[in-house]
Order: sequence, then structure tokens, then C-alpha cells
Amino acid sequence: MTDTTVKISDAAIRRRQIKEFWFYFSQNRGAVIGLVVFVLLVLTALFAPLLAPHDPTQQYRDALLAPPFWAEGGRAGFLLGTDAVGRDMLSRLIYGAQYSLFIGIVVVAIALIGGIFIGLIAGFYGGWVDNVIMRVMDVVLAFPSLLLALVLVAVLGPGLTNAMIAIAIVYQPHFARLTRAAVMGEKAREYVTAAKVAGASNLRLMFKTILPNCLAPLIVQATLSFSSAVLDSAALGFLGMGAQPPASEWGTMLAEAREFILRAWWVVTFPGLAILISVLAINLMGDGLRDALDPKLKRS
Amino acid sequence: MLRFILTKLLYLVPTMLGITLVAFGFIRLLPGDPVLLMAGERGVAPERYAQIAAQLGFDKPVWQQYLLYLNNLLHGDLGNSLVTKKPVLSEFLTLFPATVELGLCAIIIATAVGVPVGVIAAIKRGSWFDQISMTGALIGFSMPIFWWGLLLIIFFSGILQWTPVSGRISLMYFFPPVTGFMLIDSLISGQAGAFKSALSHLILPSVVLATIPLAVIARQTRSAMLEVMGEDYVRTARAKGLSPLRVIGVHALRNAMIPVITTIGLQIGVLLAGAILTETIFSWPGIGKWMIDSISRRDYPVVQSGLLLIAAIVMIVNLIVDLTYGLINPRIRHK
Amino acid sequence: MSIFSPRILAVSALALMAATPLSAKTFVYCSEGSPEGFDPAPYTSGTTFDASGHAVYNRLVQFKPGTTEIEPALAESWDVSEDGLTYTFHLRKGVKFHSNDKFTPSRDFDADDVIFTFMRQADAKDPWHEYIPGITYEYYSSMEMDKLIKSIEKVDDNTVKFTLNHPEAPFLANIAMPFVSILSKEYADTLDKAGTREDLNNVPIGTGPFKFVAYQKDAVIRYQKNADYWGPAPKIDDLVFAITPDASVRLQKLKANECQLMPYPSPADIADIKADPNLKLDEQAGLNVGYLAYNTTVAPFDKPEVRKALNMAIDKKALVDAVYQGDAVVAKNPIPPTMWGYNDAIEADKYDPAAAKAALEAAGVKDLSMEVWAMPVQRPYMPNARRAAELIQSDFAKVGVKVDIVSYEWGEYLKKSMEEGRKGAVILGWTGDNGDPDNFLSVLLSCAAATPGGANRAYWCNKDFSDLLAKAKASSDHAERVKLYEEAQVIFKKEEPWATLAHSTQYVPMRKNVTGFVQSPLGDYTFENVDLTE
Repeated sequence: MTDTTVKISDAAIRRRQIKEFWFYFSQNRGAVIGLVVFVLLVLTALFAPLLAPHDPTQQYRDALLAPPFWAEGGRAGFLLGTDAVGRDMLSRLIYGAQYSLFIGIVVVAIALIGGIFIGLIAGFYGGWVDNVIMRVMDVVLAFPSLLLALVLVAVLGPGLTNAMIAIAIVYQPHFARLTRAAVMGEKAREYVTAAKVAGASNLRLMFKTILPNCLAPLIVQATLSFSSAVLDSAALGFLGMGAQPPASEWGTMLAEAREFILRAWWVVTFPGLAILISVLAINLMGDGLRDALDPKLKRS
Repeated sequence: MLRFILTKLLYLVPTMLGITLVAFGFIRLLPGDPVLLMAGERGVAPERYAQIAAQLGFDKPVWQQYLLYLNNLLHGDLGNSLVTKKPVLSEFLTLFPATVELGLCAIIIATAVGVPVGVIAAIKRGSWFDQISMTGALIGFSMPIFWWGLLLIIFFSGILQWTPVSGRISLMYFFPPVTGFMLIDSLISGQAGAFKSALSHLILPSVVLATIPLAVIARQTRSAMLEVMGEDYVRTARAKGLSPLRVIGVHALRNAMIPVITTIGLQIGVLLAGAILTETIFSWPGIGKWMIDSISRRDYPVVQSGLLLIAAIVMIVNLIVDLTYGLINPRIRHK
Repeated sequence: MSIFSPRILAVSALALMAATPLSAKTFVYCSEGSPEGFDPAPYTSGTTFDASGHAVYNRLVQFKPGTTEIEPALAESWDVSEDGLTYTFHLRKGVKFHSNDKFTPSRDFDADDVIFTFMRQADAKDPWHEYIPGITYEYYSSMEMDKLIKSIEKVDDNTVKFTLNHPEAPFLANIAMPFVSILSKEYADTLDKAGTREDLNNVPIGTGPFKFVAYQKDAVIRYQKNADYWGPAPKIDDLVFAITPDASVRLQKLKANECQLMPYPSPADIADIKADPNLKLDEQAGLNVGYLAYNTTVAPFDKPEVRKALNMAIDKKALVDAVYQGDAVVAKNPIPPTMWGYNDAIEADKYDPAAAKAALEAAGVKDLSMEVWAMPVQRPYMPNARRAAELIQSDFAKVGVKVDIVSYEWGEYLKKSMEEGRKGAVILGWTGDNGDPDNFLSVLLSCAAATPGGANRAYWCNKDFSDLLAKAKASSDHAERVKLYEEAQVIFKKEEPWATLAHSTQYVPMRKNVTGFVQSPLGDYTFENVDLTE
């Protein structure tokens, strides 16, 4: 009997928490703008085939490096101009949104799951297990993330999948550390002891009891990682180690465009702008999330 | 305190060992063969291949190679580059000052601009200055710096022609490297205009490299200030009738700086990662570009020892930050 | 201590220089990369040769500027025996090596220097063979000098006799190459005594038109004119290499007059350079070829008619426009048109997708899907392999052939593309080393090269073709060699193991006031005849 009542009140608390969260989140104008842009970005990615005026890989060989429509020599058919082999910039940018979101989601998913798992084990068992795991994390964190990702990609071979794996591995310790710290903090709490006394299994303790209570910092870190993943994968693409052409990943587009920097400003400007806007939107959202989730900062 | 430092140092030992293992292990996993790369389009006959591999020590079992590598490390030998055949350490030492100069300059810009902006934004919370500067900081924080660098080159070097495109100093100036820092060396040389030239070469890359740390520092300073200004002792100081300037300058700022200094220290990793991109864009002869080139050339010894040196630097700086934090944090001391 | 010595040496050299103001005529060359070192023998890149072999050193014989013809250099003249097995070189007298603050030569160049230069590469027991750990002599062995040269003898101080194992026509062209630049034996002995042997690679002493002054890694190399040069005195006083790896940055520097000449402009910038009133552009057909090699041992590419049909499906003109920005000529032969022995009578593949489709059907090829390999690096012969592969992909799609584009890391690419039974056609190319047709045809298409470690990526072994090459190589009659190579090209065209794609044009942008620069067909950058007018 008592069990059910607890559940009901749990649900009610959740609902109230969400309501409260939304209240604080919507207070933050930047966060709302970020959310709107982000939703637009997701829609663009989802409906890219409908939105894009051209096939992103179709080469119009009569229109190499055509400027945007408003510039001299521009054509209405190519709103943002074309690249060096006559592919429509706008269509490539639209399809590029798919890559960036996909990269962000996959990287965060791998890093989050891996990090939580490792962090839970380290925090829960403590002792030498914790020690070994944390030393390994130290090793990973001792390298500048981009450098380590570069070497990893070089090992795995350049390409989108490998770039995502590399970035996820590099990000994973942050999640592990956060989870571990949270678990250490929660472990001594009464409700955990209570659950333990009630005979809950270790696995249940870790995932059902402790984990939900350390989600807030993880969510904030996940948003941060999402935007960093978009940036870092673009950087890898720029260095020729990320997504490979003809993929319309924005960083890769920039790398291909670099040789035209003096001649065709549009092939350089637009992909970078697309990266900046998406990352900015995600970061704005992240700020809002943190303010709404972190009670300490809410005060000030 | 000494014990604290010693324990910290002791902790570094397994980490360093792990780093050698990672650096060495990754390199062995790298596909692509330096011997084949040397031969290029021409190819290399199997007998000749075996001969070269033996000469480079690649024919031994991997664990033997690792032990040999460790042994050499302990004797201060970081190996020779496969490409230039020169000792890795001497190459590192010739290139490192360029990266340090760039990094220091970036961190000075980031701190000199970021801290005041953060403080003012906190004091005038909600004002237009706060809003604009924090929006700017968020944009900076979201900036793909490789693109930002290209834009600055197009604008300042291409259109306005104010700054040189790349390099560390105009070729007109020519003097012996004493410190390896071009700004200082150019002063020592006493050649007229040399310092100005070095400075104008340094400005764009350091601005690009400073972008993200600047944004982080400004945001961190603002929130630290806000937090401190809400604390009791600041309120007390205010209530005592101390002038607002004194309250902010002496009490709030001093305490708010503790997390900010930590943040600045922790930017070292960000800076080194950023240096890879910045040095690539500006053809800056530093270790970031050196690492990239060596990775693509499969220059095993350079990549593994370079990784090791860079990781060691990051860890030492982090340790120093840790120690400073312990030293200056009054709350820790009081406890 | 030893690791710092090169630096200290460079510093002292710099200190000397700093006392004197920069001379009136300084010529700055925006070079494309850092030299690997200053001893030309262990390295293979043109960048290193420009910075060491061409600026600082000379060879026994040299290429006449702008050609691949041989002319005397440190050897004033030479005699070849009737059987083509002995070459006797008569050395130039009174040639002085450079001096610096650590070394002043006590004698002129002589036969000992020649023997030192060759023997340290040839003889694994020579004390200078591995003077730096891990050093190897790639060119010496890949040009098969070790198999060719039987002995080298000093006849007297000014005469050296080379004995060969078999007659070889390209021998003189080989020893005009930078890897056998003549080093000073006396300098090596001095370094040995000082315990700084590695300085042979850091602080070069040669007989060339320019004296090495200082090198700041990845940034700048400085040279001074060699006042005692045996040839025509250089017209510029100081030569500076400003190392600038990025092509667009190089161009910006050139426009700002921060340098006066640059190599390898980006194809995208050519139009812009032509339009700039302060710049001029020297252009020359490059000594290179870009190709797509089928694997002729794997069905259906083992049939010449299939290969010919596919070649007809490639719109090479469009490829030249998009990949080379139009700065190349469509290739019909495996050797470039500027090379002697080029057979211009051969007819090029026609672009005809309909005929290609019919020919494929006639050959019984249906629903073919294949791989096209795109190399991951940029080369003068192939500025953007990825783009080329994409174009070929869409061309082949039009004749019903499905293409997957694959790429590997460069080292891996070179290795995998030479694996037997490789699937797919490989995009690759070649730049000539010494201007001899043998350096293209034997290296890339002979039976001997169709083995692991070779470079015949079509795995094409045609007995008649290889026999012609062998005959041409042993002959010293130039007219006969021309005829044999022309015949070989006919066989190549009949079989078409490759789709020959393009010979790229080499562009050298420079300031308007630069005179006397002569482009080398081999892609060398030399500055002894360069001058600046006001």
C-alpha cells in the first residue's frame, strides 16, 4: 500500500518540478530564442529533402563558384551561390544540419552512457576500482581534447563515424567524473541506505535509486558537450580528419573552401556562420537549462 | 603543505606511465607505414623494406619496443624524427617558445579584457552593457575559431592590409634567437621597428586564440562576482558604510578572483587545442602545427613524444593551479 | 649538450650576420614547406632539394636550365667507353667550397669529395653511412645506383672513373639529380673531429651559388651569395626562403611584396594572379601525369575492350576544368608532351558515352559496380583526387556503371593500391625525376614493376612493351631510343591499362620586376640567375 502512495506523490513532484523548470527556463529570453533556433534546425534537418532546392551532390558544371543571388553575377537558381564543382550552397548547408545534429546526438549519447556507466561503478564501489578508473580518466584528460581526438581519428582512419567515436571517447571522462561525484554525494544519503536495507540489488541501487538524483548536472554537461561536439567535429572536418567530401558537413565544406578564400567569400562565410548559429543556439539553451536546473545559481 | 605537494606529485607517476602507454600504443595502432610514406608513389622492394624497418627498430616485438622506449625516456632520449632525423626534444625546444609566446599573449588578452568586462557586467547587472557583453561572450564561446581566423585574415590582411598574413616577424629583421620569444628578442636586437613588426604579426593569431578563453573568463568573472556580492561579509562591509569602490575592489574582487584564477589556469588545455587550429591557419611555427604535420606524416617518434611532452605540460600547469588554489583560498585556509 | 649544438651554431652564424646590415638585393622566395634537412642524400622531397641541393650544392653534371639536357658542372667533361660501362669524369679545377665560422676549406674541390659523396651512400660500412641514427639513402637505392655502379676509382686528383655493371643510358641524368650533390670530404673530417657529425645535415657546406647562413625551423632559411662561385656569379646578394605551407597565404604575401616568387599556386587563384598588374605568371607544361589505373588482372578489367570503353566514358575535358581549373592538358599518353620520345601520332580517347555503353554491352559487361580510389593528398599531378573521383563516378553512372569512391590514409593508400588482386581502379600520378622516359615507363608500367614493392598499379605486364623498354635503356643511340619509346606508347594505347587523365601545367607566379627565373621541367626552384629590376 505505502508503495503506491509514494509513487503517486513521486509523480506529482515530478510534474511540479517540470512546471517549475519550465517557469525558470521561459524567464530566460536567450534560452527561449536558442530553443526556437534549435527547433528550426531540427526541422531543417528532418525536412531537408523537402526544403533543399537542389540535390546537395548534384554538380552544375555550367555554374562553378556562382556567387549568391544578390551579388554581381549571381543567379536566382542558386540563392547562396555554388561551390567549386557547381553544387548549390544552400542545399548543402541545409543537408549539413543533418550531419551536425546527428554528430551531436551520437557523441553525447556515447559519452553520456559510457560516462555514466563508468562513473557509477567508480563512485559506487570506491576503493581500488575507483582509483584505477579515475587514473585512466586522468590520462585521457591530460591531453588537449582536440589533439587526442586527432590522434584517435588518425588511428581509426579519417571519416565521420570515427570522428564521432573519437570525440565521444575524449568527452566521456567529464561525464564519468560528474556521475562519480554525484554518486559519492548521494551514497550516504538516507534514502539510499533505506533502499539498501530494504534489500535492493546493487544494480537497482545504482540505476534506479541513485542515478535519477544526479541527473541535473549531467543534463547541463550533455548540452555543453552537444555544442562542443558540433564544434570539434567541424574542426576535425576542417583539418581533413572528419567527415570526408562530398559530405556536406560544415567543417568539411570549410576545408574544401579554404583555397577560395580570396576569390569566393561565400563558400567560406556561410558554412562557418551555420556552425556558429547552431552552436550558439545550443549554448543559449544550455545556459537556460543550467539556470533552471541549478538551484544555487537561481538565487543570484 | 609539502606533503600535499608530494602526494600530488606521486599521483602523477601512474598517470604519466599511462600517458606513455597511450602515446606509444596509439602510435603502434596507426595505420599507414612510415617506410612506405618515405618511398611515396614509387614503392619499395620487400627486401629493402625489411632492411629499413630493421634499421628503425620496427622489426622487434611491440613490448620490446615499448620497454626500449621507456628506457630511452628515462635517459632523456625522446627519439629521433623519422622525417628530419633530428632529436625530437631539440625540435620541440626550438618550436615551443613560439607556442608559448602565442599562448601567453592570448591569455593576457583574455584576462585583461575578460576580467574587467565580467566585473562591470556583474556590478551593472541587467544593464545594456551586461546584456551586450554577455551575448558577445556567448558568441565568442560558440565560435569555430578556425573560421573566425579565416574571416580576420580576409578582413584585416586581405581587405584592409593592416596586418601581415603569416609568420612571426618581417623578413627584413634578422637577429639571433636569445629567448625564442620574438617580442623580447626583437627588443634585445635593438633594430628599429623590429618590435612593432613582431607585435603586428602576433596580434591576429593571439586574438583568435584568445577568443574562447576570453569568453569563458568574462562569464566566470561575472558569475563569481555576483555570488560574492551576495555573501554576508560583502553586505556587512557595505552596511559598515565602506565606499562601493572599496567594497568591490578589496572585498568582492579578491574573493571572486579565486575561481577565476582556476578558470584561467584550466584554459591551458583549451589553448593548446586552439593552438593546433590557430597555428595551422596562420602558419605559425609552433608545436601545434608540428604535431598535425607529424600525425599526417606518420612520424611515430615525434607524435608519441610530442603527446607525452604536451600532456606533461598540461598536468604540471594543472598541478600549479591546484596548489595556487590551495594557497590563496582563504576559506580553505580558515578551515 | 649535443642536441643543442645545431642551435648554438646557427646562433653564432646569425650573430655574425647581424653585424652587417641587410644588403641591397634581397630576394625572398615563399617556399611551400620546411626542408627535412640540408643533406640532400637521405631525403626525397623537392622542397628539401630546393633548399639544399640546388641552392648550396653542385653535382658532377647538371640539367641545363629549363631543360632536361645534361651539361657539365663540377665535371668539365667526361668520356664514355665503347661498351658503355666506364665513365671517366674530368673534374673542374679551382672550385672552392663555402666557409663559415667553424670551417674554412684548405683545399679546392677534388676527386676525394666525389668518392666521399658516392661511397657514404653506396657502402654500408662507410663511417658516414649512418652518421645520423636511422638515416637511409632512398633515392640512391630506388634509382638502383647500388645495382648499377660496380666501382668508383680516383685516377688522380682531378679524374674519377665510374665502372658500371651494365650499360645504362639514363646514368648521366641520374647523377645530375640532387641526391648525389657533391659534399666536402674535408668538412666531414672537421665535423668528425669536433664531434658534431650531425651538422653535415644542419649546416651545409657546398660549392653552390649560395652559402647557407641560418635556418629557423618552419619559418625561414637565409642564404648569402657565394662570391667565389665557379659559374656565373649570382645577381642577388641575399636569398631568403620564407616557409609558407598554405597556398593562399603564399599568394597574399606575394601580393604584399613580402616575397617575390612562389611555387604551387592554388588553381583557384590563377585568374586572380593574371589580373594583378604587379604580378606575372610563368607557365609550363609539367613533367607529370595523372592517371586512373585499372587492375588488369581482375575481371572484367582484364579485357582491353572494357578498359577502352570505360575510358571513352570519362569526360576528360570536364575533369581538367573542374579538378585542375583548366590548367592542364588532357593526357593521351603515359608520358607528358614536353618529354622527348612523346608519340604525338597517337589518337586520344574520344568522349562518347553512347559508344562506351555499346562497347560495354558488346563485351558482355552488365550491372558493373566498381571502386574508384581517390588519393587523400594533393599533388601537382592531381590537385584534388576526391573531386576527380566524383566526376568519374557521375560519368560512369551515365554508362550504367556504379562507382563507390574509397580513400585511405596516404601510406595505407600506397600500400593497399599495390596489393595483388586489388579491387577497383586507383587514381594516382607521377612526376619525373630526371626527364628520361624510362623514369616514367619502366617505373610505372614494366613487368618488373608489377610486383609487390613496385609501382605498376595496373598490374599490367606486357612482354613486348617491357622488352622495348629494356632495349631502349641499354642503348646509347638517342634516335633509336626515341623510336623504341614511341613504339612502346603504341602498345600502351592498344591495351590502355590506365585511363590517362591529365598533364598539369606548372605555374610560377612572381613579382613583375623579377627577371632571369627559368622554370625547370623537373619542378626545381633555382635562383642563381634571378635578378630584381627596379
